[in-house]
Amino acid sequence: MKLAHTLLEMKNITKTFPGVIALDDVSLQIEQGEIHAIVGENGAGKSTLMNVLSGIYPYGSYSGDIEYSGKHCKFNTIKDSEHIGIVIIHQELALVPLLSIGENMFLGNERGSYASIDWDETYQKADGLLKLVGLSESSRTLIKDISVGKQQLVEIAKALAKDVKLLILDEPTASLNESDSKKLLDLLLDFKKKGMTSILISHKLSEVSYVADKITVVRDGAVIKTLDKEKDSFSENDIICAMVGRELTDRFPKRESHIGDINLEVKNWTVYHPVYEGKKVCDNISINVRKGEIVGISGLMGAGRTELAMSIFGKSYGTDISGELFINGKEVHLRSVKEAINNKLAYVTEDRKGSGLILSNPIHINTTLAKMDKVSNFNVLDIDLEIRVANEYKDKLRTKCSSVMQNVGNLSGGNQQKVLLSKWMFADPDILILDEPTRGIDVGAKYEICCIMNQLVAEGKSVLMISSELPEILGMCDRIYVMNEGKIVAEFPKGKATQESIMASILSSTKGAELL
Amino acid sequence: MKLLSTIMDTVKKNGMLIALIGVIILFQILLLVNGKGVLLNPANVSNIISQNAYVVILATGMLLCILTGGNIDLSVGAVVCVIGAVAGTLICNMGVNIYVAIAISLFLGIAIGAWQAFWIAYVRIPPFIVTLAGFLYWRGVGLLILNGLTISPFPDNYLKLFTSFLPASKAALLTPEEAAMVKLVTMIVGLVICLIFIVYQITDRATKKKKGYDTDSFAAMIARMVIISAVVIYAAWLLGQHKGIPVVLVILAVIVLGYSYFTAKTVPGRHFYALGGNEKAARLSGINTQRVMFFAYTNMGFLAAVAGLVVAGRFNSANPAAGNLYELDAIGACFIGGASAYGGTGTVGGAVIGAAFMGVLNNGMSYLGLDANWQKTVKGLVVLFAVVFDVLSKENRKK
Repeated sequence: MKLAHTLLEMKNITKTFPGVIALDDVSLQIEQGEIHAIVGENGAGKSTLMNVLSGIYPYGSYSGDIEYSGKHCKFNTIKDSEHIGIVIIHQELALVPLLSIGENMFLGNERGSYASIDWDETYQKADGLLKLVGLSESSRTLIKDISVGKQQLVEIAKALAKDVKLLILDEPTASLNESDSKKLLDLLLDFKKKGMTSILISHKLSEVSYVADKITVVRDGAVIKTLDKEKDSFSENDIICAMVGRELTDRFPKRESHIGDINLEVKNWTVYHPVYEGKKVCDNISINVRKGEIVGISGLMGAGRTELAMSIFGKSYGTDISGELFINGKEVHLRSVKEAINNKLAYVTEDRKGSGLILSNPIHINTTLAKMDKVSNFNVLDIDLEIRVANEYKDKLRTKCSSVMQNVGNLSGGNQQKVLLSKWMFADPDILILDEPTRGIDVGAKYEICCIMNQLVAEGKSVLMISSELPEILGMCDRIYVMNEGKIVAEFPKGKATQESIMASILSSTKGAELL
Repeated sequence: MKLLSTIMDTVKKNGMLIALIGVIILFQILLLVNGKGVLLNPANVSNIISQNAYVVILATGMLLCILTGGNIDLSVGAVVCVIGAVAGTLICNMGVNIYVAIAISLFLGIAIGAWQAFWIAYVRIPPFIVTLAGFLYWRGVGLLILNGLTISPFPDNYLKLFTSFLPASKAALLTPEEAAMVKLVTMIVGLVICLIFIVYQITDRATKKKKGYDTDSFAAMIARMVIISAVVIYAAWLLGQHKGIPVVLVILAVIVLGYSYFTAKTVPGRHFYALGGNEKAARLSGINTQRVMFFAYTNMGFLAAVAGLVVAGRFNSANPAAGNLYELDAIGACFIGGASAYGGTGTVGGAVIGAAFMGVLNNGMSYLGLDANWQKTVKGLVVLFAVVFDVLSKENRKK
């Protein structure tokens, strides 16, 4: 198959929203049987392009042509594009938690007749497709009972059920851990051998260079360049340059460490699962963070890192919490989030939309939420003062918004993260626990967030950073703890840690390590 | 051009207020055409206020419940009945001093609210279930207290507290001198309110300028002053032509202003919006969400008691059917006034506009002499389309 033929051609696509040109004369060619990656910063136009392709934006709402298998296409709905085998899997999984895997896979595509669903056929076909994606679950299992990684695979099986010819995956590994991500990428390579074509949208360049045959870089609604595996080398730096349009000499800002006394110390910390009785989520953990220090906690998803952080933060997670907690040398008992905040602790959640921000409220309300005392007298708010401090943080963190009265829900991921950071910086903490502070935000914003972290420690604060991205942990931290299955399994000073040594300490401590 | 876009923006922001004004004008014209006078005549305006006082009071409390996450209280109508029954028994049958009886009734309302709030906030029983049960058994309790009968009449000093007019007059029919007095006093009250408003606007603007905060344009401030003052003075003039300021209007003003201030300007008020907007984020910001929930429903019990006392005064009786389906009026007023069914957005002012909208609609149709069957049909459809208009104008604004 050296002389591949073009499966899909998008020609001169231009799509405008009131006031914004989302796509500006974009052309894209996808060859039969290739994996084509599309990378770009948030808001570069990747998702808009895919929405045009899959018919979410109907024909006529954009200009330009789409040719698929040599035929001119005019999609009015998603049904039209699915009908000819184009299936898109969105970043946010679209599965119904309380229905079974099989029911989900054939949702909208039911077996049998309109008036009578053939459940036997449904489950038999579903089981077959699940095997194809490497899942051993029964298709009668409910979606809520399987992990996010497996749910992602179910989405792919669902696409296969629709007789997919061109599979589009939008950030499929955003919420997966490394081993699940690898499994998914290998599956894509496997499908490629069987002749399937896929488009992969991703932030993670290592993944992209692992699976892709071609990489198209999109910036500001235009295609910057397309790299071909056979002609070009996929150097991460080149790709990043093309994405952000400037030379990023260093992906993580440099910082001189001035490390002081121990600020936060946790001793023999044990936390039990709130629902499953007797299940230890954190097992006898002892860690410390010094003033002016960034300490990382690395580990796989489900290692208990978030649970550790939240249990420290005013017991907002878990039951039967035992162990000692010292702040600045003094033992403290934080029974509520309020007490934790008053003891100058901050926890910046990994889930900014779900548990960090109030999306329906404007920036200024979100900014002051954790410490409204600072903008009120006797419980009466000074709204003008609130708006002023929100503006100060907006300028300080360079949050892009029309004004601080704008609802947080309308901001991009990176700017939302900045508002979340503003909120906790406003609470005047000495110790900040940052949980996945750069998840789902683009390279430029990541760099800025890292700069803010450096600034915080330069002021003598302590930062405890939880991150699943190894390069980030290695690039930013003075010291790294590795956590696995509820235990601290290794500790590395800066310079001693490598991606390999961290992964090795995780793998060797995993029960049933032979699985990997 | 800029002026036009500012006006358009104001219109879109206040869709429901515009709809309310539209309905008023519509009835004004319809009544004129049919030769039945006008909607905004002195006696009728006074009447609309007393007729709908209970809706405004209940909607204020309901708004706090809805803010916590679209939660509603179905039991308020039944609580209105219980409070009326208790007040009636104490005052009419047992001859208890009315102020003592009112205090007992209000306290009982708080206790009823706290009882329901406990299950909702701390045992985490869904509000719908707790208050549906309350809807049934509080009505039962009301019937038991009244033994299925109506208690009537209330003594004059009680009625005076809730149904009289300011300045007070002794006779039912005013003498010409008294009528002139009433006109003068209401006009003075109107002017004082305008003055307070204007002074507040100017000083607020001055402090903002001094501290270097953003301010509205000068023209916008003047426009606001002129419009509000005109409305207040017109209302004062209308009320002066009738019997004066209804006492119940004063009660409403205190409740509406108090709760507006609470929701918009205070830290505990802000907690309601945070809880309804994102419960997890609220909890991780150190907000005691259970306490917020507890307060919302306890407060609803209190305001239901206030409404119960007002209703008993207005009908001059405590009767077993009192408060029937009032909860729907209150919930309707909140949603018509722009509160979100998911919680987190909505204002007391909006709920008042919603209540006024429904009130004007009811009153206007009765005044026109529209058949009762038609009234229901028209009311339902108008409510639907008023909210559709509001939602669509907000969507347009987003773009």
